[in-house]
Amino acid sequence: MTKRFALGIFDDEDVLLHAVENVREAGVKIYEVFTPFPIHGIDDALGIERSRLPIAAFFFGLTGLCFALWLQIYTLGFDWPMIIGGKPHIALPAFIPVSFELTVFFCCHGMVITFYTISKLYPRWKTPVLDVRSTDDKFVMAIEVNENTDMVKLSQLLRDNGASEVNQKEMSKF
Amino acid sequence: MQHVSPVREPLVTGGKTYHDVTQDVCRQVEAAPNVRWMAALSVALVLLGVFFYSVYRTLWYGIGEWGLNKTVGWAWDITNFVWWVGIGHAGTLISAVLLLFRQKWRTSINRAAEAMTIFAVICAAMFPVLHMGRPWLAYWVFPFQNTFGSLWVNFNSPLLWDVFAISTYFTVSLVFWYTGLVPDFATIRDRAKGPIAKVAYSLLSMGWKGSAKHWSRYETVSLILAGVSTPLVLSVHTIVSMDFATSVVPGWHTTIFPPYFVAGAIFSGFAMVLTLMLITRVVFKLEDYITIEHIALMNKIMMVTGSIVGVAYITEFFIAWYSQVEFEQYAFINRATGPYWWAYWSMMTCNVITPQLVWIRRVRYSIPLTFILSIIVNIGMWFERFVIIVTSLHRDYLPSSWVMFSPSIIDIGIYVGTIGLFFTLFLLFAKFFPVINMAEVKSVLKYTVDNGPTYTGHDPHHAPTTHQPSTHGVPASAPVNYDKHD
Repeated sequence: MTKRFALGIFDDEDVLLHAVENVREAGVKIYEVFTPFPIHGIDDALGIERSRLPIAAFFFGLTGLCFALWLQIYTLGFDWPMIIGGKPHIALPAFIPVSFELTVFFCCHGMVITFYTISKLYPRWKTPVLDVRSTDDKFVMAIEVNENTDMVKLSQLLRDNGASEVNQKEMSKF
Repeated sequence: MQHVSPVREPLVTGGKTYHDVTQDVCRQVEAAPNVRWMAALSVALVLLGVFFYSVYRTLWYGIGEWGLNKTVGWAWDITNFVWWVGIGHAGTLISAVLLLFRQKWRTSINRAAEAMTIFAVICAAMFPVLHMGRPWLAYWVFPFQNTFGSLWVNFNSPLLWDVFAISTYFTVSLVFWYTGLVPDFATIRDRAKGPIAKVAYSLLSMGWKGSAKHWSRYETVSLILAGVSTPLVLSVHTIVSMDFATSVVPGWHTTIFPPYFVAGAIFSGFAMVLTLMLITRVVFKLEDYITIEHIALMNKIMMVTGSIVGVAYITEFFIAWYSQVEFEQYAFINRATGPYWWAYWSMMTCNVITPQLVWIRRVRYSIPLTFILSIIVNIGMWFERFVIIVTSLHRDYLPSSWVMFSPSIIDIGIYVGTIGLFFTLFLLFAKFFPVINMAEVKSVLKYTVDNGPTYTGHDPHHAPTTHQPSTHGVPASAPVNYDKHD
């Protein structure tokens, strides 16, 4: 399905930030904003909810800790108990390092895999972008439009809010 | 919110715009390899050849090719292992600890320092794996049941802790580094002209488009990775030190080892970062990003950690005397005055005296002196590990088994070879990957261009001057606000 976008191109992140607020106030729905680097405060301006990745990370870490403790207690305490250096089979203080490392291992990898999955980031042969300058030095505000949209009015709104250019682009798969 | 003092030095000099950052960093990725890079790579490849030959000898003829003997069963292999792991620690310190402390200057060096971490850990891993004798059975270190029944690995052993620590450290550093690279790969992808480059960087960039939602998640992920990498990096060298500290060998069996090793690791790591950065900034013309201020700041960290190491040396000696344990006392007297006195005093000179020179401002801000210091520290830290390992072992409880250790040509070959491996990987990284994190540098650029004082050149004593808000990059209408970022 082909989608049409109006693209407001901005040169500065502070101008963009105010434009985002004003455009949303004017009742226009912003499809997405593309920027070359993270901009502080844009989450609130766009109404992006705070990510719940930290909660996921915590539970991944907890899983790692439980797995590590189970692994060590089960193997050395029950499956094949051996006396090593006269110490008890289940020597908890000696299990701390491996438990810590596996907690970190599960926490990091679980969180990073979740991040790539929910963001739909995976290797692609071709990556279509709305404006190639959005990964260089331009800040791009994309607004989805159709035949009924008053482009003159929208274009004026974006320009009034500091856009240096307003373009239109069609994307077949986006 | 963070207030940036107007007298603070700018993080990036030369009045760069966002586009300039992209241009300057992408230049060497897009251009044909230059002669200096090719020359450096050839040298590295020759050393890599030495590495492969030495590994072939070790695998084909066995560990007898090394200089180890019955008394000194651990020597260059473990020395080099600890040395390389230690070097790696500076990368994580810069990318994780300095992120948590909101040290913005790390943005232009963290990418290369993290790459250094990964390559150093790869080099380090070679030594324990080769010392196994049969590296194709290296997976036996992981908790698999053996073929005869369910005999498991020994979770009480510090050597096994090392397996978990190094594996976790390597993989976590790798994903941290790669996740940071994704937005910059997208930048290169969108500029790429050739069909191969387009496909290659499209695959590497994982379809990154820089949407606000992705950036929000990306920042969360970076912060949490930094938060868990910080205790991780401390745990790794703590566990490495426990390889020694949990034994009963005099000279090894000390509680001071974990903090002492961690400080030493950061010390040697920053020395290596300085060595690499001083070369990189000149070869790739990045003097505006890796400024003299960066070098001075890294020198200061080297001074602090070097002083901690110095105090640790003296404390060890004092405790040996204070403990009144005869064997402990002998181990230390033997270190300083025994047959390996030259190794001990090389270590003391390089690691205790050298970092103290950094107190002098002229030394801290001098590029040639910093380069020399960083090399001396790397040598000194290699000797530290050699002293701890070989001089503690070579005279054991039974005087009839006292020996000296001398490395074989294969020992030397593997060590020199890993340096070749390291530089091969680093040079390939520097050519094909962006050596500076463009996205992060752009995010700290604005207030340093507009709100910072003008950088007046190479004189570090210059007075801060006010100047007109520059017109390039930022429209004059843009509100200038110190509190805008962060």
